[in-house]
Amino acid sequence: MTGAFPGDASIYAGEWDRFFAILIAISAIIVAAIFIVIVGFSIRYRRGSKAKRGMLPEVITNELELSWTAATAIAFIFMFWWVAMTQLKNIIPPEHPLEIHVLAKQWMWKVQQPNGVREIDELHAPVGRAVELIMTSQDVIHSLFLPALRLKKDVLPGRYTYLWFTANKPGIYHLFCSELCGTGHSRMTGRLVLMTPADYARWSAAQPGAEDLAAAGAKIFGSLGCSGCHAPSSSVHAPDLNGVFGHKVQLADGRTVTADEAYLRDSILLPQKDVVAGFEPIMPSFRGIVDDDDMVKLMAYLKSLPSKRDQP
Amino acid sequence: MSDGALIYVRHQDKEENYLQAGHTLASWLTTTDHKRIAILYAFAITFFFFIGGLAVGLIRLELMSPGGDFLTDDAYNRLFTLHGIVMVWFFLVPSIPTTLGNFLLPMMIGAKDVAFPRLNLMSWYIFIIGACFAILSIFAGGVDTGWTFYTPFSTMFSKGDVIAAAAGVFIVGFSSIASGVNFITTVHMLRAPGMTWFRLPLFVWAMYATSIVMVLATPVLAMSLLLIIAERWLGMPIFNPANGGDPLLFQHLFWFYSHPAVYIMVLPAMGVVSEIFACFARRRVFGYAMMVYAMMAIAVIGFFVWGHHMFVAGQSQYANLVFSFLSFIVAVPSAIKVFNWTATLYRGQITFEAPMLYALGFLGLFTVGGLTGLFLASVPIDVHVTDTYFVVAHFHYIMVGGSVSAFFAGLHYWWPKITGRLYSEAWARFAAIVMFLGFNTTFMPQFIMGYGGMPRRYHVYPPEFQVWHVMSSVGALVLFVAYTLPLIYLTWSLFYGRKAGDNPWAATGLEWQTASPPPTHNFTELPQVTAPPYRYHPEHQAPDAERRQPETVQGGEP
Repeated sequence: MTGAFPGDASIYAGEWDRFFAILIAISAIIVAAIFIVIVGFSIRYRRGSKAKRGMLPEVITNELELSWTAATAIAFIFMFWWVAMTQLKNIIPPEHPLEIHVLAKQWMWKVQQPNGVREIDELHAPVGRAVELIMTSQDVIHSLFLPALRLKKDVLPGRYTYLWFTANKPGIYHLFCSELCGTGHSRMTGRLVLMTPADYARWSAAQPGAEDLAAAGAKIFGSLGCSGCHAPSSSVHAPDLNGVFGHKVQLADGRTVTADEAYLRDSILLPQKDVVAGFEPIMPSFRGIVDDDDMVKLMAYLKSLPSKRDQP
Repeated sequence: MSDGALIYVRHQDKEENYLQAGHTLASWLTTTDHKRIAILYAFAITFFFFIGGLAVGLIRLELMSPGGDFLTDDAYNRLFTLHGIVMVWFFLVPSIPTTLGNFLLPMMIGAKDVAFPRLNLMSWYIFIIGACFAILSIFAGGVDTGWTFYTPFSTMFSKGDVIAAAAGVFIVGFSSIASGVNFITTVHMLRAPGMTWFRLPLFVWAMYATSIVMVLATPVLAMSLLLIIAERWLGMPIFNPANGGDPLLFQHLFWFYSHPAVYIMVLPAMGVVSEIFACFARRRVFGYAMMVYAMMAIAVIGFFVWGHHMFVAGQSQYANLVFSFLSFIVAVPSAIKVFNWTATLYRGQITFEAPMLYALGFLGLFTVGGLTGLFLASVPIDVHVTDTYFVVAHFHYIMVGGSVSAFFAGLHYWWPKITGRLYSEAWARFAAIVMFLGFNTTFMPQFIMGYGGMPRRYHVYPPEFQVWHVMSSVGALVLFVAYTLPLIYLTWSLFYGRKAGDNPWAATGLEWQTASPPPTHNFTELPQVTAPPYRYHPEHQAPDAERRQPETVQGGEP
């Protein structure tokens, strides 16, 4: 590990370090100033010293107090504005990222690459390309912490959370769980392996179990009988799933939602929750039938379905 | 104010003091005297301070090596949970309010007791009952959820005795609420004639602000703990997503209490050091009114910043920005207070007795704690350092560097009043300096580790962090010595200390205008308040270089 103490494996990590250093510098100046004033006053105005006391100067008034209150408030608001500007840049997810699924469970990280390669406690990713982690937990709350990228995000059961990065420095870095998750919390660690795109391609092709996630999902879609209702040729009145991902869906109760991972997952496991407008709530629940691995594949399949609008 | 509260009996001879009012154990356990109840609390929290300290001693010993070879994983998790629960709810939250607050608040406003003396005693018993549950949970095998009880881990997965621990904290909450109600009522109803709101010493204002937070925030904690018990014990689906619950709901509820709880721990400390800076600089507190407004602002804005504990929890990014903004705002009044304390030293006549050294230590450590708070209020910075040792260092700077230093400052300042005896000044100064150095040795390396990415609550850790952990553990050993010293020399002073006299510091507060130790009803006659607090020197004129006599005391018996 080179460079900064936690390693810095992305441009963002370098920016973060500079930002952190500026805050340290500002704090050091403030602490030094206060320290000097306190020690200075303590020596100068110790009992029995010859320092000038007498009548207090006029400047010690409400105006002095109001002015440093205002100055502090303005300084803090300026700092907030500056931080917020840095932050807002990173709120928007990247376009067409490499999607890697992360499933956390006590006390293990299960990773599934886009080509179906599975890893445990390791996360391989290429540098120079936007990567998005789509994360969920099977039991308690965990938190994926990648110090070399200065990134961290809690991983929740029953929900999806996302983390994205574009790394630039190949290497092996820490991967930690940073939310207390029980006995093995401190052993729920692993390696973030950043590789050049060529190495990454070579590595992922050489792994056993490489299969197209979407193709695997299509198989499950057929074997569970989803296609019996959702295929365009079906006689059952069920929503067409082509291009559903990422688009707005009108629900029977009048709400409009975007069909993201969480929505699709709920629709499979808890189909009565969000019924699409114009359809009967006849879909059975697949709770206990579709496990988390299958869910990853089904998601990949559903995402791969072309939108009608996209077709010529 | 009822007439009953105003009746004071004048004794021809010197009235017996509160310590002589009864010597049996029963006389202590059935007392309704706020001063004796303060002593009862002092015994209880001292016991818990050393229990919590013992737990962290084992933790620091374990962390000397990265392999996790001294304790098992579960034992380690149980120890830091024990440390957190005991230190927060059985030491820090009650520390200053129930001991110094209980003892001094009525005396400072010229009352003979709190408004509800029996409720006051009851709050101690509630505390002890809650403490029994907490101890039960320790002996029943411990709890491994951390003091934060995050769901669904605490409700569905933890193997520890979560219900007993949660019940203990739930019960102890009522003791906080009872004290809060008691203090608020006392300040409203029992101020002596002439003690207007803007003549209240800042310690009283601090207790008042703290009490408001206690009364408003603690019920939310009680509610969230009940929900945990409901899900864990009765299986009600609340937080567990497998049953349709919301795992984040608990964090919102918990931090809605626990962030204001930080101010429950630090506002009393601010009150204590305000008294001490004024007394040992022989100066009026700079900007008294602003100090009052700042404390009230902290108490109010403190309710709106809880979301900054959840920046990486899956909360909306826009919510993060709002909470970030509010967190910067809540730092403004704290910064103002630091400036005002510093300005209080200007043109003073400063002496460096032990209370002043502890208070100066508070000022430095609180400033570092506050500034690192700004780091954590910045969302991108927080993303990397949250749940690392950086956060651990930050809140220890506020709560131990700040609140515990202030507690020791107050303990030394009012010790002559409470016991009538003087401790060894040399030992007390030595302990204050050792505490400051030991504290920084313990926690400064933790900031560095946190930046390096060392996650908190890790039993086994990567070897590159070992050097910082060893430094921190050495510091912890020094701190242990520093915390044990007062136990020894203060106990010694009870038997061999010089008689203190009524007002050894020549301070202006009403509590100093009566005997040390005070008589059972605090004053032999109802005191009259004739001046604002801190009249150490005439208004536009700094104190003399030598003369200790204040311009005027706040009042006294007519």
